[in-house]
Amino acid sequence: MSVNNEFQPTIVAFCCNWCSYAGADLSGTNRLQYPANVKIIRIPCSCRLNPMFILRAFQRGADGVILCGCHPGDCHYTTGNYYARRRMTLLFSMLDYLGIERDRTRVEWVSAAEGAKFAATMNDFAATIHKLGPNRRLEDLRCRKD
Amino acid sequence: MQRVGVFVCWCGSNIAATVDVEKVAEVLGQEPGVVFSTHYQYMCSQSGQELIQNAIREHSLTGVVVCSCSPRMHENTFRKTCEKAGLNPYMVEIANIREQCSWIHKNKEEATQKAVILGRAAIAKVHLNAPLTAGTSPVKKRALVIGGGIAGIQTALDIADAGFEVDIVEKEPTIGGKMTQIDKTFPTLDCAACILTPKMVDAAQNEKIKIYSYSEVQSVKGFVGNFRVTIKKKARYVDETKCTGCGLCTEKCPQKKVPNAFNLGLDQRRAIYIPFAQAVPKIATIDADYCTMLKTGKCGVCSKVCTAGAIDYKQTDRFIEEEYGAIVVATGFNPIKLDQYDEFAYSQSPDVVTSLEFERLMNAAGPTGGTLLRPSDGTHPKTIVFVQCVGSRCDDSKGKSYCSKICCMYTAKHAMLCREKYPDTDVYVFYIDVRTPGKNFDEFYRRAVEEYGVHYVKGMVGKVVPENGKLKVQASDLLGNRQLHIDADMVVLAAAIEPDKSARPLATMLTASMDTNDFFTEAHPKLRPVESPTAGIFLSGACQGPKDIPETVAQASAAAAKVIGLLAKDSLICNPCTAAPDELMCNGCSSCEKVCPYGAITYIDKEFRGPNRTTLVRRVAQVNPAVCQGCGACTVACPSGAMDLKGFSNKQIMAEVDAICR
Repeated sequence: MSVNNEFQPTIVAFCCNWCSYAGADLSGTNRLQYPANVKIIRIPCSCRLNPMFILRAFQRGADGVILCGCHPGDCHYTTGNYYARRRMTLLFSMLDYLGIERDRTRVEWVSAAEGAKFAATMNDFAATIHKLGPNRRLEDLRCRKD
Repeated sequence: MQRVGVFVCWCGSNIAATVDVEKVAEVLGQEPGVVFSTHYQYMCSQSGQELIQNAIREHSLTGVVVCSCSPRMHENTFRKTCEKAGLNPYMVEIANIREQCSWIHKNKEEATQKAVILGRAAIAKVHLNAPLTAGTSPVKKRALVIGGGIAGIQTALDIADAGFEVDIVEKEPTIGGKMTQIDKTFPTLDCAACILTPKMVDAAQNEKIKIYSYSEVQSVKGFVGNFRVTIKKKARYVDETKCTGCGLCTEKCPQKKVPNAFNLGLDQRRAIYIPFAQAVPKIATIDADYCTMLKTGKCGVCSKVCTAGAIDYKQTDRFIEEEYGAIVVATGFNPIKLDQYDEFAYSQSPDVVTSLEFERLMNAAGPTGGTLLRPSDGTHPKTIVFVQCVGSRCDDSKGKSYCSKICCMYTAKHAMLCREKYPDTDVYVFYIDVRTPGKNFDEFYRRAVEEYGVHYVKGMVGKVVPENGKLKVQASDLLGNRQLHIDADMVVLAAAIEPDKSARPLATMLTASMDTNDFFTEAHPKLRPVESPTAGIFLSGACQGPKDIPETVAQASAAAAKVIGLLAKDSLICNPCTAAPDELMCNGCSSCEKVCPYGAITYIDKEFRGPNRTTLVRRVAQVNPAVCQGCGACTVACPSGAMDLKGFSNKQIMAEVDAICR
């Protein structure tokens, strides 16, 4: 963990139940590989994602957080991903203000049929985080277990 | 804290090959609150389920974590298992260690470590789970079928047979769809109209079926069991109750220069028309784009000749509201536009036609009365070249990546019919592969080659050049390793098929998902092929993927069976994972109400105990659990954190985050 060339990032992916989680399942069904650092949390809709959860993840030592939802216009709940998009825009501007690297957080639209896109997105995001190195600014050292 | 049992599934070798299941069970067994941990070959099998049930009873488990395949696959299975053992079904959490772990990682150590972390997250979540009880909502016992082609007709007939009322909404003036334009069907070569039109009449005469022709779905609200649909009945300027379908107006109308859409523009019709003789309902429709009366206010011939007095130039679009328990999508397909394929000279020569146009040229009710004549000069073609896969199996952006599935068979049919009717014609078919999986399909294709002497050439046509009334076809013969130059009289292009353009906006209205090609996706590609992932929406026919007629009819009946299963219930179990406010924290600000897409949130004035034996009246939010679909938009909008979502509460999600990040 401590040496940079052995850096194994922790990446949290929030996936909406209807599109992106199914897309993640599809990339599994098609045996499309992406790094094991990516751990998925299932939420009913991208609009369920409270930006607080992202900050919580960073506080607890996550190095990257990605939110995946249905493509705009395809939300199972009609408008959920529009809310998610606005909230994430606000969060991004807040993170910019705090001086946190923009690339640590990402929003991506992945449909249930886009298994390949899901795997490609995760590979790309993991590579980006790997390049950025560990998250130091937002990690709360008091939360460290070791 | 719950008494948690952890059950790690091998899924045969699907999980066990890349995840050390024993180690996962051992490590998770040491997590706080876990009192039992085991692994088993197939947790979803009967003995696996019994193992879970026995463990629940023996160890008095209050929470269950199953590390297995995706919850989209077996969450319900394990919920039912636990319910039978006396545990609340919502005390189960699934850690997805197959689709999201064992199947995507090759390194066993890494995969095992990830499986442990996913298991920990599920354990952390289940500790905060609360027993939930699902409510029920009533089912409106009426179905809507969108699209009146063979798929929609078959679905409607089957649902009506079971005794439920069905409405068909068809955007054209008549039901019947693409099959009405087809001459013969493969592989039996029986006449399409002879098998379709009796079904159309059946549908029209069935008292349980109501047909809204020349109508479109305008909006869809509600949810499974309780859809509220607005149907737009487009103005056809003819009173449906009065028109007898005599057809006199369609003969007398002076506006004769309207391209006949039914014959794909190969001939012309009048501005008032009945698409074809067997149309159902047989009612005239005025084409507002061409009618002189509607455009200039001067004419009125149809109104003068109509003995029934059915013409009504002042008719406007009408909107009808109906309630349905289930909706079947049967919007079908269209051949793609060939603008991008100018190498085949489709726009340059009228003798280059699509297969559907060729179908009309061969049809006894078509523009040539069933005699195959060149559209340019009305002569018999002597050499005909068929080109397959025009826009199908394309690796560039102008075509479709998929196989359109029906083209190999209908091209064989066309080639065979040509040779049968006109034995002196030379027929060439250029193909990439000939695909004939289906009952009696390969025999049919071989008959075309062996008995009818159709020249099948493996290779693609590179260019078609119209020259002196002929079509110069340049093609490659891959097996003969040579270039071919054919002077053809007619070229027939097997255009790829794509979903109807109305499908995309409809999918948005229904919140049903689509794939990148705009075909509707099914809830599960193998196990739930006729259901959309959205509850209460069913799929029938080519809107779900390219299909021939027998497959379409089979899927239509399958969809009907699913609808009947739904409508036979008096009430449906609702999703109990709904939003609920903490009234003590709620300040009645209305933020949640504004973001709710279902209007599930209302406000009431409620009395609370204040200081010194006083009572306070405060405005607080209330969620109607029968209407709430559990998206969670309100939980994030709530500034005081009063609103939370059952089953996906703030604490549960944060516990998962903590477990993954630690």
